[in-house]
Amino acid sequence: MSILEYNGGCVLAMAGKECVAIASDKRLGVQLTTVAMDANRIFRMHDKLYLGLTGLMTDIQTLDQLFRFKLELYAMRENRLMKPKTFASLVSSTLYSKRFAPYFSEPVIAGLDKDNKPYICSMDLLGCVAEETEFVVAGTCAESLFGTCETFYKKDLEPDELFETVSQALLAALDRDCISGWGAVVHIITKDGVQTKELDGRMD
Amino acid sequence: MNTPESARGGFCFENAIRNSVLSANGYKAPTARKTGTTIAGVVFEGGVVLGADTRATSGATVFEKNCQKIHYIADNIMCCGAGTAADTEHTTQLIASKIWLHALATRRKPRVATALSMLKHMLFRYQGYVSAALVLGGVDFHGPHLYTVYPHGSTDRLPYVSMGSGSLAAMAVFEANYKDGLTLEDAKQLVYEGISGGIFNDLGSGGNVDLCIITADGQELIRGYAKENERKYRRPGGYKFPSGTTPVVPGSEKFKEQSKDFALVTEQDGMDVSA
Amino acid sequence: MSILQPNASVRGLPNADPRVASSGFKLGEHHDPYDPLDVAHPAAPLSRHFHPYEDNGGTVLSVSGGDYTIVASDTRLGSGYSVPTRYVSRVIKLTDKAVLASSGMHTDIAILHKVLRIRLTQYRHRHRKEMSLEAISQLLSTILYYRRFQPYYTFNVLGGIDENGQGWSYGYDAIGSHEKVRAVCSGSGQYLLQPVLDNQVEFRQMAADPTRKELQLEPCVELVKDAFTSTCERDIYTGDLVEICRITAKGVEMEKFELRAD
Repeated sequence: MSILEYNGGCVLAMAGKECVAIASDKRLGVQLTTVAMDANRIFRMHDKLYLGLTGLMTDIQTLDQLFRFKLELYAMRENRLMKPKTFASLVSSTLYSKRFAPYFSEPVIAGLDKDNKPYICSMDLLGCVAEETEFVVAGTCAESLFGTCETFYKKDLEPDELFETVSQALLAALDRDCISGWGAVVHIITKDGVQTKELDGRMD
Repeated sequence: MNTPESARGGFCFENAIRNSVLSANGYKAPTARKTGTTIAGVVFEGGVVLGADTRATSGATVFEKNCQKIHYIADNIMCCGAGTAADTEHTTQLIASKIWLHALATRRKPRVATALSMLKHMLFRYQGYVSAALVLGGVDFHGPHLYTVYPHGSTDRLPYVSMGSGSLAAMAVFEANYKDGLTLEDAKQLVYEGISGGIFNDLGSGGNVDLCIITADGQELIRGYAKENERKYRRPGGYKFPSGTTPVVPGSEKFKEQSKDFALVTEQDGMDVSA
Repeated sequence: MSILQPNASVRGLPNADPRVASSGFKLGEHHDPYDPLDVAHPAAPLSRHFHPYEDNGGTVLSVSGGDYTIVASDTRLGSGYSVPTRYVSRVIKLTDKAVLASSGMHTDIAILHKVLRIRLTQYRHRHRKEMSLEAISQLLSTILYYRRFQPYYTFNVLGGIDENGQGWSYGYDAIGSHEKVRAVCSGSGQYLLQPVLDNQVEFRQMAADPTRKELQLEPCVELVKDAFTSTCERDIYTGDLVEICRITAKGVEMEKFELRAD
């Protein structure tokens, strides 16, 4: 068993029209035993930038703290917020600095840049950035998420349509993965604010 | 000992002990994303043409359909990468920045051989553990140059080269059609055919053909020189999920307005480097 | 990739730790402590394993509606990173009302299809009628389980119309465990395709809607084409062509549909 699958869980991000969605499941397990149904693996970096982390939960939490720390130093030093693309470079170089003793986590970044243009990217655990314009996925059911997103994705979705598309793609994939699931949460980031909803999915 | 992590150079090994304990306990170390790749290059009269496919895989799954495998080293030098995606990406970035500093220090246009030495020293130092297989091409004071760099740090200098899992397919095309003294158009066509051979006959390669042409006058990167693998079909009518399709936990909806504390960076905020 | 770990589905208890729970069944790793020739000694030859299995990839699916079933398979035969052939048929018409599609190792698929064809011919001659879908589903399971300890490395889906005119699909593991369902798929693109079918054929994740209708034949064919197109965008072992069989009361009709070739 790969250590990336020890705690289970997955994250999905999808771009819409001047909005972007990031969603994840809520399970925390120890192999096949579920120990929590309120796990959080999506973290707010600032109002227009969210970071999703899959993989080993201890590393997820460490990385969240580390990136929040780095972002706050940046905000204090520069008196401005970090662009999503810059943040992706920060995450990438942080992960690659541990090339030979990595954190076991695959990040997904979703945000809006200064023109409210969606920015999404995913990385492997060594920090290889994959920037996409449509959707990115990570986690134990990445393959299933690829299948559903590839089929359901449409260009330029409005926030409400984006929510439904992301939710259906996520729930359909979660239902075929026994170490992800137990509820899900979706954040839709728009220029006005962030809409958060919890999904009523299967709890088994 | 108390130097902050950011100030230290090189790789950080703080997780090494924990990770080796985990793998001793049977938790396999995960695999990184690979670019099962076709990359190639050909020298022509007055320059080089580099080519690459655009697929990044992890096992049997395509993780990126349109990634850029031709990396920037300097305005007159480019480098195609195959192997572990993170390694090719970061190794070329590192060398690009070293070449820039070197050019500033020596006040000369960077030479391809300099980039080659830097790459091979870096890769040799890591004994092949930084698994980057590269095709390095460029034009400098001495004319056009084309090299391959293997992950252990050995190098080749040849008029036509290929690398990656699709290298045999590409080389088959080159061996059949290469002639000395190609024109630019012939060289572009030859590289395109070689990369296509990899895309269609090697499962690790796929997507589009990217080309990069470097001459004494500069370089031109053509993303999607050939796009022969666009999606062919979408279901008429698509998929409709009207509002309310997905059940939402009652009372879980939250809305947080965007705060106005800081503005996102604008272009005027760029650092002043003119002096 | 080339070594078989048959992944027998254990109901309720998936193989958690491969070191412990691989059902004691990994080909080429038998060690008999009482056999004087079978010594686990450092000086003994390093390897005399025989790996008789190879996965040639491919994705197969079967979707059933009220009075129809669609069985489909792509035609790429993969081996490692190469494509030995782009057109190989993995679907076989067993009767006018039953079609089988198999992925896995191609030699085993060929033999399995041959064995089934022989058994169905024998049945036709003995009983002077075609075997029913239900009976075929059981026969296939028996044939697969007969090779419990050296299985056919095939992952099958069977689709057709039963004696009441109702369409049904059956999904199998390599050793004959099977389930009668509405929509199932198997093979290299299984994980990409199955959730799409769950969502679009069975509407599993959607809130109850009394106005929602069951998928008709032609929209379902469009779904299958789209789902295969999506799968071959992301699975390197699926591509080139897909053969789509419509099974209705009129018989079996096959259509070929192009996928990407890279």
